[in-house]
Amino acid sequence: MDTPLTKPLHPEFKTQPLLAAVFPLAESDARAALRQMMLIRRFEEAAEECYMRGSIHGTMHLSIGQEASAVGLCLELRRSDLITSTHRGHGHCIAKGADPRLMFAEFFGKDAGYCRGRGGSMHIADVESGNLGANGIVGGGIPIAAGAALAIKQQRRDDVVVCFFGDGASNEGAFHEALNMAALWHLPVIFVCENNKYGMSVSTERSMSVPHVADRAPAYAMPGVRIDGNDLLAVLQAGRAAIDRARGGGGPTLIECETYRIRGHSRSDRNRYRTKDEIDAWKARDPIAAFESVLRDAGLMSAADIEALRAEVAAEIAAAIDFAAAAAPPDAADLTEHVYIAA
Amino acid sequence: MDTMIEPTAALRELSYADAIYEALFQAMTEDERVFLLGEDIGVYGGAFQVTRDLFHLFGGERVIDTPIAELGAAGVAVGAALAGGRPILEFQFSDFATLAMEQIVNQAAKISYMLGGRAAVPLVMRLPAGSGTGAAAQHSQSLEAWFGHIPGLKVVQPSTPHDAKGLLRAAIDDPNPVLIFEHKLLYKTKGHVPEAPYRVAIGKAAIRRAGRDLTIVATGVMVGRALEAAASLDAAGHDVEVIDLRSIRPIDRETLVASVSKTTRLLIVHEAVKTLGIGAEISAMIAESEAFDRLDAPIRRLGGAECPIPYNPVLERAAVPQVDDIIRAATDLIERGA
Repeated sequence: MDTPLTKPLHPEFKTQPLLAAVFPLAESDARAALRQMMLIRRFEEAAEECYMRGSIHGTMHLSIGQEASAVGLCLELRRSDLITSTHRGHGHCIAKGADPRLMFAEFFGKDAGYCRGRGGSMHIADVESGNLGANGIVGGGIPIAAGAALAIKQQRRDDVVVCFFGDGASNEGAFHEALNMAALWHLPVIFVCENNKYGMSVSTERSMSVPHVADRAPAYAMPGVRIDGNDLLAVLQAGRAAIDRARGGGGPTLIECETYRIRGHSRSDRNRYRTKDEIDAWKARDPIAAFESVLRDAGLMSAADIEALRAEVAAEIAAAIDFAAAAAPPDAADLTEHVYIAA
Repeated sequence: MDTMIEPTAALRELSYADAIYEALFQAMTEDERVFLLGEDIGVYGGAFQVTRDLFHLFGGERVIDTPIAELGAAGVAVGAALAGGRPILEFQFSDFATLAMEQIVNQAAKISYMLGGRAAVPLVMRLPAGSGTGAAAQHSQSLEAWFGHIPGLKVVQPSTPHDAKGLLRAAIDDPNPVLIFEHKLLYKTKGHVPEAPYRVAIGKAAIRRAGRDLTIVATGVMVGRALEAAASLDAAGHDVEVIDLRSIRPIDRETLVASVSKTTRLLIVHEAVKTLGIGAEISAMIAESEAFDRLDAPIRRLGGAECPIPYNPVLERAAVPQVDDIIRAATDLIERGA
């Protein structure tokens, strides 16, 4: 289905064909980007292993297969820029600069964790590095991002806010209310939809009245751009344009990153709503493998460099788990601490 | 003649609405992080004329008319508070906060805790509430107990112009989300309000009238009705203590327990629906306290009837406690245990 709504994307935001583009990253940045994606992947694989072994309880939502959107956007951000994240937020948190040791400590419920063991995976945050937090409510972070952008604007800072959310959140009222206000007030916020095709089990075809989330941008007079969310360089280019625009006072942009979560929605998902063929087809579009081949082809990293980096990342995650396992648990006597901030 | 005594300067009086205005004006003058957002609070001056000319004095960046989008506006306020702003969000009617429950209950109330105390949401919400204006079921509710049930929120209900100013200023200073329920019938009432900025501590009840025979704990507009009832009861020889609860969360347990221990009888009066209300909480609090053994009569509650607020003025009056209801209940309690 191709309705007229898909056509009026803002011309300045059409992604350039990759081959025609100058390679948009310095060598060190390219290596850092790959490292961040590998770190997220290994972090989540290890978190899943810990969950299986019973050292992490509750639930968690893995973003395996979606690493490029988190890293591509955050690569362009300063530490003083802010992000809001989602229930599937491990990647955003790492990409914005969080320490995997403190994230694992949180997942293990330890006092040394980012949330002192009160939040867990679904509320992971690192305010110091500019992550205002994951969110257990679909769409909950979207108006919060607009509000943070409003405060930034009032304070005459040139920082921006990147608001991550999923395709499901674009059906929430909060999305529409926030985009309207952000556009109305020219707020420095970039709305980044990671469209992974499913809101839990219901596909976008069955839940959205338009084919693409980006189609919703024209309703709020903001540019809407749809990109291959598994292509790090495409994310980077779209993100850079939107971030520059927001930083320069040009207002918000909606970026739709088409991607896929390889794992189920959460730990309880039995994958009854999608086929193995579909999952396999997306596994073949793995964003990390794709970027590795870009780097090899460009002569920026050899296969041996890449494997060495993978080993380095695996060692960092193993050390993070050791740190978390050894950390002290919170004291139940402090149960109600932090409900209120002391005046 | 130089021996003439100067007349004592009359205490300065302001209306409840003007007292709130003054607190907003002073806070905005002193702290540029403080800003207002809400529906029709700009050139219109607010549905109840509380923000008046603040739009002209401080400009559209600090007095922001939001679209009619309560959920989004509440989220914007939460985000601004997280990023260093000091937002004061006016809900045009407290009933409309039901549209923003997600942001108030799941986000504002919990962010500090979920993040282990590493983030604060210094957000003030003003909510015009209550019945008596003929606005019927969707513009007349008293929903304060809903919010009082949520750890992480603070909830206050000023009953005088003095407290309207002082509690608002305390709320602006507070690093936590605070909801202020302002009864619409109180906006035009007048009382003494010092001009210089001051704070009324959140979490402290006020003894409005000391007495020996019965404690009446009242909230919001019911404080005035309880005092009126107490004056009548006094004429009949009954000495009633009236406590203005002022703060729903936290509740001033100490003042309540001490008062009931002294008077040995308790009547709780609020406008919100009686079932599962603040009266039930206070009643249980006393039953669980050392005051229980001192009781000479069962605890009694007066609250809103089991119906939405109706339009017809006779029905509307019947839906919430009136002075006569308080006098009857109080007399019954005092005579029962005598």
